[in-house]
This record gives sequence, structure tokens and C-alpha cells, in this order.
Amino acid sequence: MKKLLAMFLALTMTMSLAACGGTASVQSTETPAANVEEAATPAATPTKADDGKLVVGFAQIGQESGWRDAETNDIQWYAARNTDTLQLEFADAQQKQENQIKAIRNFIEMGVDVIAFPPVVETGWEAVLTECKEAGIPVILVDRGVDASCEDLYDCKIASDFIWEGEQAAKVMGDLLGGKGKIVELEGTVGASAATDRKTGFDDYMAANYPDVEILASQTGDFTRTLGKEVMESFLKTYGAEINGVYCHNDDMALGAIEAIKEAGFKPGEDIKIIGVDGVKGAFEAMVAGEMNCTVECNPCLANQIFETAAKLKAGESVEKWVVSIDGVYTSDQAADVIDSRTY
Amino acid sequence: MKKFKNSLEIRPFLALIVILLACEVLYRVMFGDSFFKITMVDGHFYGRLIDILRNGSKYVILAIGMTMVLATAGTDISVGSVMAIAASVACSIVDERILPSLHGNVFAAVLIALLVGALCGAWNGFLVAKLNVQPIVATMILLTAGRGIAQLVSDGKIVTINSDAYYFINGGYFLGLPIPFYIALFVLVIAIILTKRTALGMAIESIGINSESSRLSGILVSKNLWVIYIFCGIMAALTGIVESAGIKGADCNNCGLLYEMDGILAVALGGTALNGGRFSFVSSALGALIVQTISTVIYAFGVTPELTKVFKALIVVIICLAQSPIFMAKLKGIFSKKGSVAA
Repeated sequence: MKKLLAMFLALTMTMSLAACGGTASVQSTETPAANVEEAATPAATPTKADDGKLVVGFAQIGQESGWRDAETNDIQWYAARNTDTLQLEFADAQQKQENQIKAIRNFIEMGVDVIAFPPVVETGWEAVLTECKEAGIPVILVDRGVDASCEDLYDCKIASDFIWEGEQAAKVMGDLLGGKGKIVELEGTVGASAATDRKTGFDDYMAANYPDVEILASQTGDFTRTLGKEVMESFLKTYGAEINGVYCHNDDMALGAIEAIKEAGFKPGEDIKIIGVDGVKGAFEAMVAGEMNCTVECNPCLANQIFETAAKLKAGESVEKWVVSIDGVYTSDQAADVIDSRTY
Repeated sequence: MKKFKNSLEIRPFLALIVILLACEVLYRVMFGDSFFKITMVDGHFYGRLIDILRNGSKYVILAIGMTMVLATAGTDISVGSVMAIAASVACSIVDERILPSLHGNVFAAVLIALLVGALCGAWNGFLVAKLNVQPIVATMILLTAGRGIAQLVSDGKIVTINSDAYYFINGGYFLGLPIPFYIALFVLVIAIILTKRTALGMAIESIGINSESSRLSGILVSKNLWVIYIFCGIMAALTGIVESAGIKGADCNNCGLLYEMDGILAVALGGTALNGGRFSFVSSALGALIVQTISTVIYAFGVTPELTKVFKALIVVIICLAQSPIFMAKLKGIFSKKGSVAA
């Protein structure tokens, strides 16, 4: 009995340990590639400033969503294809800021050329970013920002322009409705920059270019399918057939809204036009099925831009403070052609 | 009549009626339309009350499991995570990601997911009943680790499925009423039979009032606790299945997030004391419907997103105060004093 007890206690402890997350694990993808091959550098990496490879330390947040996985895969795949010019030091911070900071300190210790990371939260980076600056290592922020007090402590941010995404959605919505109609809006989590900016971009563009499109109501769906559906159900009860379109701050809420619209006896994509943001695979499937009209991409495949910028920084060239990542707009008639290439 | 007045069910029932009537009046004034309006769409009923019934059923199922646990003076804060695990297991099976030999059989998927929920409940029960770990600490393990397990099952992705049979669990209708309503009703009846027709109900109350003296008087405390936590785990899994069916997918990060609090709130609004003892499934079910009504009202009246949480808190505070005998007595005192001054 005692043995059994001890076993279960041990199991409990490991379970809680797993939940707390261990330390950041750093793994190198460098392969013992011969230096001779370096002459035949592919065009993708422009630097050949000195004899060494470009060493980039990337401290990933961890696994949080399909989007995040796609970003990780893209970076690792890019590095694996360019092992002769590039060495990637990859760390997984398991959703914890302290792990990310540890990984960055580790990179400084190693003396990497450039450090890149998506900050898991906005605040608390002063100390470690100052250490990077003192060590003379340029820093690239990926897909997220830090608060204004650290403005001078990093060199470049590669991220989507959420306002642009909102504007693109507004443009497509305006065209779909022929410049006239009534729409509702499903917002993201209150206070999240993605929600605030996607709303600002959309609302302002609508007001300026399509004055006859009226936004009937706007309510938060917390970026989740469940709430997206629940809020849409309520909108349909209040406004019914008046609604001509829905703009959702992410694709998941759009997928929830589709179910609500079907239940109310309307045809999603026809009676009520649906636009989402992110470009997840589910949205493309819905577009192929004709139940959704458009998704504005928020591209996680940033490897190209990250390593190009890193190379420039290593070479001492100046780069833009904010490199806007390249996003696309996909409508339902393109969906069938590109669906197989979607990675997230 | 007196018996009815003293029963646990009366307060949440009155609260629900008052909230709904207040909504109806306000809604007519503001929008010139009825909050209660029900129409027929595609052969089923359609309206806000139906929404409350369907979406509230999730909370009803959850609250029934939670009531049992709370009545033993325990608590289970892992239900949200268990929901996520069950949802990802069920959806992954339907999607043929795991156990492809079942060919996405919905019935098998639901059964296995419920079994997984029972397993989670058994784990909680083991910690609480056998090892005497405090319930809030014991269930915290699954609260934190559960989502990790769910992500392992679904590979960290949102599993999207296209099974109409699975969607029927949430989106289907029978005699014009949503399926989740029947599921909740079924569970309610089962729970009542379990507690009224067997000794379980008496054991629950007895353990909740004094577990040590229950043990001394011959009640098999640990065996009963084990059964109760397993039941709660199964209810959580069922809630997870219903939730994931409605959105045709399992989202490990968000499925059942903070539902443990909603579940406890439903039971509390129903009037079952959180420190154990007297309990009623019907009043918890009514409490669950109140929880859902509050969100439906927020959407119906178009409360701005920044204020929804404040609004929700405000209604909960008012209901809790209205249920406090001391507060109501004070309030009565103030009014009667004013009356006497005026006279």
C-alpha cells in the first residue's frame, strides 16, 4: 500500500511539474556542413560580409496554437534549408517570460549575431534588452510588440499591421455589399491590440469610403468560436434579416457565426456575407463550401523576412523600425486554389 | 404551501422569473419588441428563450455534477479542464486523428470521452477520498495539467470536424426543442433518482455536514466520495461534448475556460450552501439558467463590450443580496422605519 501511495505521489508531482513547465531547452539545428559549400550560397541570404555564418538565436514562446506552430515550422524549415549560411539557435520558452529571458541571456552568452523573439507579454523587458544592447547584439521582435519604454532597446519589429488588416476587410465588405447595407461586428478580446486595431482600421475605412454601410452593432466574442456563435445568435434575434454582413476579428469567431446563421434559417456567405481575419485552414474550408466570403491573412510565415533583416543587421545596414509582414487577402473564389498550401 | 415556501427551489425560481420579466418590460420599452418572442424556423422553435434553454443546458449539466461535490463540502475546480479533455478526445475520434479503427463513430467517441471524464473524476476522487487531500488542492492538479493533456490529444491544434451527427448533440431539435435541453433534463432526472431512491442523497448531506461522524455512524465516506467525484467528472465531460458539438470543433485553450467558476456560481445562485449539507438539483439547474440568462441579456441589450463584465457582476451581486435573509431583513427595516416616520 505504501509503495502504491509513493507511486501515485510521484505521478502527481511529475504531473504538476509538467504543468509548471521546465526550463527553456535550447537546441541547435546546425549540421556539420562543410564550409567549402559556402561559396554556393543561395540567393535568399544576401550576406557574405565575413567568413562566419549568420547565427540567429530565436526564443519561441512555445506551442499555443496552430498559428504559432506554423511560425515555428517555417523558421526551422528555412534554417534547415540554409544550413550552410545560417545557424539557428532555437529555444522553446513554454509560454513563460522568465524562460524567454533565460533563453535570451543564454544567446548573449553564446555570442549569437542577432536575437529574435516574439515577446510573450508586453512589459518587463527593460533589463534583458539592455543586456543585449550592451553586448552589442541587435534584437528583432517578431509578430508582437513591447511597451513604449523599451522603444530604443530593440532594432526592428517584424509584425502584421492590424489596422491594415481591418482596412482590407472593410474594402472587401464594402465591395461585396455594393457599398450599401447593414453589418454587425464581432470583436476580439477587449483590450487586445489585435482587436482594437482591427476595429479601428475597419470602422474608419468604412466611414470614410462606404458611408452607406451601417454598423448596426458590435460586441466582443473573445476570439472564441463558442462566444462568436452565441453573440451572433443574439444579433440575429435583434436584427434578423436586416443584417447583410458580419465582420469578425478572427476566423474562429466567423466559424462560430456561420453555425448561428444556419440555425436562424439564413444562408451564410449569401444572405449574410462573412469576413474573418487570420487565414486559418478552417476558414478556407468554409470558403470552399461557400459559407464564408473572405479572410484577411495574418501571416505566420515570417522566416524570410526575419533572416533577411537579421543579415542586414549583422552587416550593419540600417533597417526599418517596423517591417510590416507580408499579408494577403483571400476571397472565396481563390480559396479552392490555395487551400492545399495553407499550413495553419 | 408552507413546505413550498421553505424549499430551496423557491428563491432561484423567483429570481429567474423576476429577471425575465424585467427584461421583457425593458426590452419592450427600448426596442418595442418582445424579449419572449418565439417563432418557427425550419420546423423548430426560434427565439431568445430557446437560446437560453440550449446554451444554459451546458451549465445545468455542469451544475448538477458540481452540486453533488459542493454538498459534501468539497469542490471541483478541474471541470473546465476536464471539459477540454473530453471535447478534444471526442472531436479527435470523430476526426479519426486518434483511434482511426473506430472510423469516426460518433456514438463510440461520446462514450470514450465520457469514460475519460470518469477517469479524471476517479483521479480527483482518489486524491480526495483515499489520500485526504483538500478538494481544492486535489482538483487544482487537473485544472493546471488538464489543458496540457487536451493539447497532447489534439496535437495543440483546434480540431475542426464536419460531422452532422456530432453537431446534432448541440444543434439538433426534437419536437421543436433543442437536444441539449433533453440531455440536461435526462441528467437531472437521473441525479434526482440517484439521490432520492438510494442512500446516496442522505450520505451526501451527511458527509457535507460532518464527514467524521458520518464515518463513525457507518457511512462509507470514501466510497461515496469516490462515486461523487466520478459523477462530477462524467458531467464535466458531457458538458465539454455538448459545447464542442455546438461549434463543430474542440479548442483546447478556450473550451470550458473559467467554467468551474460559472458552475460554482450556478450552484451558489441556486442556494445550495458551499460548505456542504442541504442541496437541490432543481435549484442548481435554475441557478444555471440564471447564469445563462445574464449573458443572453447582455447581448440582447447591446451592452458595450467594455462594460459586459461589470454588468454581469452587478446582476450577480443583486441576486446574491436578494437571497441573503439578513440583507433583506435590514432592507425591510429601513423601509418600515421610513413608513413610520411618514405616518
